[in-house]
Amino acid sequence: MSTEQHIKLPEGSIEKTTTTLNLGPTHPATHGVFQNILELDGERIVSAEQTIGYIHRAFEKLAERRPLYQITTLTDRLNYCSSPINNMGWHLTCEKLLGVKTPKRVDYLRIIIMELSRISDHLICNSVVGVDSGAFTGFLYVMQYRELIYEIYEEVCGSRLTTNMGRIGGFERDFTNTAFEKLEKFLAEYPAVLKEFESLFTRNRIFMERTIGAGPIGAERALNYGFTGPNLRAAGVDYDVRAHQPYSSYEDFEFDIPVGTTGDCYDRFLVRNGEMWQSLRIIEQAYKKVQEFKGAEASVYHADAPEYYLPAKEDVYTKMEALIWHFKIVMGETEIPPGEVYYSVEGGNGELGFYLISDGGRTPYRLHFRRPCFIYYQAYSELTKGAMLSDAVIVMSSLNLIAGEMDA
Amino acid sequence: MALTNETIKDRLTAKFGEQLTHFEEPYGLLTFEAPAALNLKVMQFLFDDEELRFQFLTDLTAVHYPHQQDRELAVVYHLHNLTDNIRLRFKVFTSSAQPDIFTATQLYSSANWMERETYDFFGIHFVGHPNLKRILNVDEMEYFPMRKEFPLEDQTRIDKDDAMFGRGALPAAANVGAVETPRNPAEPTVPASGTPGVKGSEQDWSTETTKQ
Repeated sequence: MSTEQHIKLPEGSIEKTTTTLNLGPTHPATHGVFQNILELDGERIVSAEQTIGYIHRAFEKLAERRPLYQITTLTDRLNYCSSPINNMGWHLTCEKLLGVKTPKRVDYLRIIIMELSRISDHLICNSVVGVDSGAFTGFLYVMQYRELIYEIYEEVCGSRLTTNMGRIGGFERDFTNTAFEKLEKFLAEYPAVLKEFESLFTRNRIFMERTIGAGPIGAERALNYGFTGPNLRAAGVDYDVRAHQPYSSYEDFEFDIPVGTTGDCYDRFLVRNGEMWQSLRIIEQAYKKVQEFKGAEASVYHADAPEYYLPAKEDVYTKMEALIWHFKIVMGETEIPPGEVYYSVEGGNGELGFYLISDGGRTPYRLHFRRPCFIYYQAYSELTKGAMLSDAVIVMSSLNLIAGEMDA
Repeated sequence: MALTNETIKDRLTAKFGEQLTHFEEPYGLLTFEAPAALNLKVMQFLFDDEELRFQFLTDLTAVHYPHQQDRELAVVYHLHNLTDNIRLRFKVFTSSAQPDIFTATQLYSSANWMERETYDFFGIHFVGHPNLKRILNVDEMEYFPMRKEFPLEDQTRIDKDDAMFGRGALPAAANVGAVETPRNPAEPTVPASGTPGVKGSEQDWSTETTKQ
């Protein structure tokens, strides 16, 4: 037998004592298109290297050639588990730049929608943590309530996943009665479901043993890594954009900010669950406030911003002014006042920021998205160092990594 | 006592004097400009100072201003003091001929990927970065796509000209028909990744080339 090698192995690959494992780009456990190159010693993770960018769609470049209202569809596709929050965040940024003041009813309706999307976002994240630790039931059980949330979106804007909801200044139409009925149904039924979902997991011995101590991070490291949102709060820092820089009249509401201590998967799970309860609280208050509007105020659903808000169709056909605005808006011919603004909202994953520079043209001169996912995913290798291979998967899902938000 | 924009400004001017310029407050957010060589010193001061404590890096990105001679690229930092809940923004300008900026990775771990992204799209060379390579684009890419000389649309189209978006004059040829492809293949392109910004001085793209 000749000792000649026919298969060319990479230099040093025989002497190497660790194994390289590609987790992704298309692996069922990554829940999105991104890659982790794990270096394993047996089943222990020595190091992890992330590769992202597989679904990079150049949103920031595209935005430089689009009038403001066409950028909303781009924001849908960032964190697609809670696209209405992205839409509202974008509208709020534009309103800040343009100096548009929205009526209270619009703010409250927005809050209802944003909190619903937060619930649907956290719901998916937490139930997927369950799936990745081997409990499929919770995931299937809560799915019908995400469906109900999507039906509310559908009733409000016509679409479900990539919603393109609302306009600069408010909503494109008022909420229908069906939307409010569905909201009432949700408010009535969801607490019991969430309670049952919690009783499935929170004190479940197997779940606890799988998640406690998995992928922990301390407050200081989390801050240094730019963590925001539930992942930061799980580490014990009570930073929440809704409370620190209230937007859309969040200051009118009463809610708590749940925090954890160790920043591990279990704490992240608990914080997200706690936030769902708080979101329910907020929705209930907001719905009550919406019902309290009387007279003309009770049907206000947009601000008076003729330069940016499309006029009603019947006006377009009968009034000169409306026809002109309609044409100018649709053709993207309204000049954006020059300015520089950074605005952020509390997205499903944390502080979702929009850095918008206008030079007085019709499109943004520069638009940058601060995507929370992109920023905290770099901590992944630190979170998984020394952990078991199975923890790699559960850490990934409990961070709620959304490829769309990472790659922009 | 809560920290205000004035206090921050006073502390900064006391420390750095005339070197920090263009103090503004667009939409209430304190904004200033620092010399490129001082970016790390300013950040370190903002981080360490007992009173200022800007210890959270919210965002790091860049903007390209092709018409500003020798200060074409701006790196923009958004910092946040979570204790007093106040933000600030500061910019450093650099030339696209030699876009060298000190890295902030020693101060903020989060700067790692943000700087890689900024390098990827603008070609800013972060001196001292542990792993400065492309992050969202393919490694083989030879240009920095967010710079303004790379138009998004097909360059032979005239209906998507800058003038249609409220910038610059209408091209003379707008109604004539065929338009010459603006970017001449013989023209030097932006250097390959890894050696950012070497050819910057030859970057003579102007509105005239795209508006023939």
